[in-house]
Amino acid sequence: MTAKIVIRNLNVNYQDGTESLRNINLDIEENAITVLFGPAGGGKSTLLRTLNRLNDLGDLETQSGQVIFNGVNILEPGIDVIELRRKIGMVFSRPVPLPLSIYQNISYPLEVAGVRSKTRLDEAVEKALRQAVLWDEVYDRLSDPAHALSGGQQQRLCIARVLALQPEVILLDEPTSALDPISTAKVEELLCEISREITVIIAPHNTQQAARIGDYAAFFLQGELIEYGVGKHIFTRPKDKRTQDYIEGRFG
Amino acid sequence: MLAAKQQNLTELVITRLIQLAGYLSILFVGLICIFLLKEGLPVLFEIPLVRFLQTTWYPIEGYYGILPLLTGSLIVTLGAILIALPLGLGTAIFISEVAPNWAKEILKPLVELLAGMPSVVLGFIGILVLSPYLRRLLDLPTGLTALTGSLLLGWVAIPTIVSVAEDALNNVPPSYRQAAWALGATQWQTIWGITLPAARSGVLTAVMLAVGRVIGETMAVMMVTGNAPYIPSLLKVFISPIRTMTATIASEMGEVAKGSTHYQTLFLIGIVLFLFSLIINIIAVTISSRRLKRSERLLS
Amino acid sequence: MGHSTILLTPRNKQRVGFAILAICTVVTVLPIIALGVYILVQGLPGISWEFITRMPSDGMRAGGILPAILGTFYLTLGTALFSIPPGIAAAIYLAEYAGDTRATRLIRIAMINLAGIPSVVYGLFGLGLFVLFLQFGTSILAASLTLSIMTLPVIISTAEEALRSVPVSFRVVSISLGASKWQTVWRIVLPQALPGVITGCILGLERAAGETAPILFTGAAFFLPRLPQSPFDPTMALPYHLFVISTQVPGMPVKIQYGTVLVLLVFVLSMNLIATVIRSRARARRQW
Repeated sequence: MTAKIVIRNLNVNYQDGTESLRNINLDIEENAITVLFGPAGGGKSTLLRTLNRLNDLGDLETQSGQVIFNGVNILEPGIDVIELRRKIGMVFSRPVPLPLSIYQNISYPLEVAGVRSKTRLDEAVEKALRQAVLWDEVYDRLSDPAHALSGGQQQRLCIARVLALQPEVILLDEPTSALDPISTAKVEELLCEISREITVIIAPHNTQQAARIGDYAAFFLQGELIEYGVGKHIFTRPKDKRTQDYIEGRFG
Repeated sequence: MLAAKQQNLTELVITRLIQLAGYLSILFVGLICIFLLKEGLPVLFEIPLVRFLQTTWYPIEGYYGILPLLTGSLIVTLGAILIALPLGLGTAIFISEVAPNWAKEILKPLVELLAGMPSVVLGFIGILVLSPYLRRLLDLPTGLTALTGSLLLGWVAIPTIVSVAEDALNNVPPSYRQAAWALGATQWQTIWGITLPAARSGVLTAVMLAVGRVIGETMAVMMVTGNAPYIPSLLKVFISPIRTMTATIASEMGEVAKGSTHYQTLFLIGIVLFLFSLIINIIAVTISSRRLKRSERLLS
Repeated sequence: MGHSTILLTPRNKQRVGFAILAICTVVTVLPIIALGVYILVQGLPGISWEFITRMPSDGMRAGGILPAILGTFYLTLGTALFSIPPGIAAAIYLAEYAGDTRATRLIRIAMINLAGIPSVVYGLFGLGLFVLFLQFGTSILAASLTLSIMTLPVIISTAEEALRSVPVSFRVVSISLGASKWQTVWRIVLPQALPGVITGCILGLERAAGETAPILFTGAAFFLPRLPQSPFDPTMALPYHLFVISTQVPGMPVKIQYGTVLVLLVFVLSMNLIATVIRSRARARRQW
């Protein structure tokens, strides 16, 4: 068991008081899928946004504790957050293709990082699209605008976009909530595939998805981490009554 | 690594420049203040303030009474608002509440067209068309009067009132109107009883902005109000020629010696105009922000 | 229940009311159309190739108005040069970088004030600062700088609105991919906002092209024997030219006066048309 990210005593509060986190202690396993599940408002999104410092963009009130990644506490003020975001990528619940072509969407993060060589960009774009199982559907129209793709394709594009940076961790916040079942299945399949080399942390939008793909699972309730463990164990024999009640649908 | 550092440096420089640019407005307002004061204030030390508050403006012989110019501006502004407010409000209500969509598509661009007219063109039309017409119609010795100015400027100020008032009317939530209709009110009753009062602050703002526009108008008013820096008698107040503050500056600045008392007095008039526009803008901003806060309280 | 109450039903009151509103609108709008037609009819006879390309003669009473057209063109160019870059930069600051602080509110109040200052006061300011203090003299440079400061609020506010209309989600996604704020603005936000920004700039320049008072004491001249040779020369300009030939030159042929009006209006309105076309084409091709 190697921990990719170690979270200790994490407390996060927003200015409007919503979705805060209280005293979170969690180890994220490397190269596996960790699911964060629980009812709405539990703090799952907050945790994800803390991990790539995207909270800096919003109305954060307080943030304390430690998030150790590659030996460094990434919550410290002196951290190079830009470099951090290249190593910890994020996919959002609604697909947001940038107003560029399919190719440019994937090459954008690389160009921004300073990559100029056309050959390197071409290679990276193809590799990312293949990883996201999108290459066969778009290889002949890479210069078409990205927003012309279907919803499922757009979300896989967003995943490819993140993969282009070859990150060490991918965060996904309800990535399939806007997708039909077939696209959802494709995304779940590709997540299982990439989790062999990349650490995946996902907040699925229903418990069934969590049970399907979660190697490890963490149950969040109103900002607190109630229970954490191997996915199979959590969903069949949870230790905490609250976890059991939620899984059985007694509250939602 | 080096590329990253270079990128950071350019980015820092660009960000600083952008921040600097953001403060430009404050810089320029300050500069305008400073230079107006620099050129105009010294005259107050040479000539006692009382002399400026007299009723004779005849700089060649040392009479610097600003009052006729002040009243000239006020008369024309009053007349213009009396014309622009009902017409502008009526047009705004018509366009936003009554007119069908196809009519809106035609009317709005037309009104915007008027808004974009250079004032010298309007003054030109005023001299060549409006003024002779009024002279014949009212049998006056001259067509260049305060009335001509008020009519012209009133018409010019209408687009200002129309666009701001129309915005305000559109911002009234549809639920207000729907509630009134559900209670059996006609559209007319709804407009006057519900929609217009709800848009009251927007309409007030529109009036203030129109006042600002009219007081600040230079070319059109200079060309059609005659060239008479005198306070007209009360009976003939509108059919007399007058002269506004703006017209005085524009017509006399070309002939004064730099640094002379006359020159400085013209700058002093400029300071008065600047203060007028400052006050009007502050009132307009206060109206719109105060209303906003109150309606937010109501909705919560 | 008498005759009067039957007539004054709410329905009838509404009919009368709407009729009054319609009359207001007609009184406002009809003169605009009438004016346009009248100017066209009176001015077209004066328009010819010579009118646009020749120098004036006989004390402006004959010949062409080339120097005035050129002068307005130079002034518009100068205004664009001095007002667009700082204007867009200021808009980027307000839309992307500024927080909701007292300083930002002060900036907005200053902008509103700047927009409301009478144009003749700008002329005084230009005289005091550019012509005299900085010793540029009565010149294209001084007039352009004066017009630029006057145009600045228009450009800043329209550009800011255009930037704000770009969806926030683009910015969030860009940042999450490791881009810096400036890279996000430069590569995504600004290109998407560009049509709106350009429209705003054109509308601001259109206003500057038609203004007379700010250039009266800062750069405009009526009778110049040659075309301006440098930015430090004074110049003729369409609005000022129109002003003088309609108030101070006796015996001015009517068709030259109306011809000048027509040229000025065409200059101004074609800018308006270009701006409108850009705006509607951009709306159709939007990618969000």
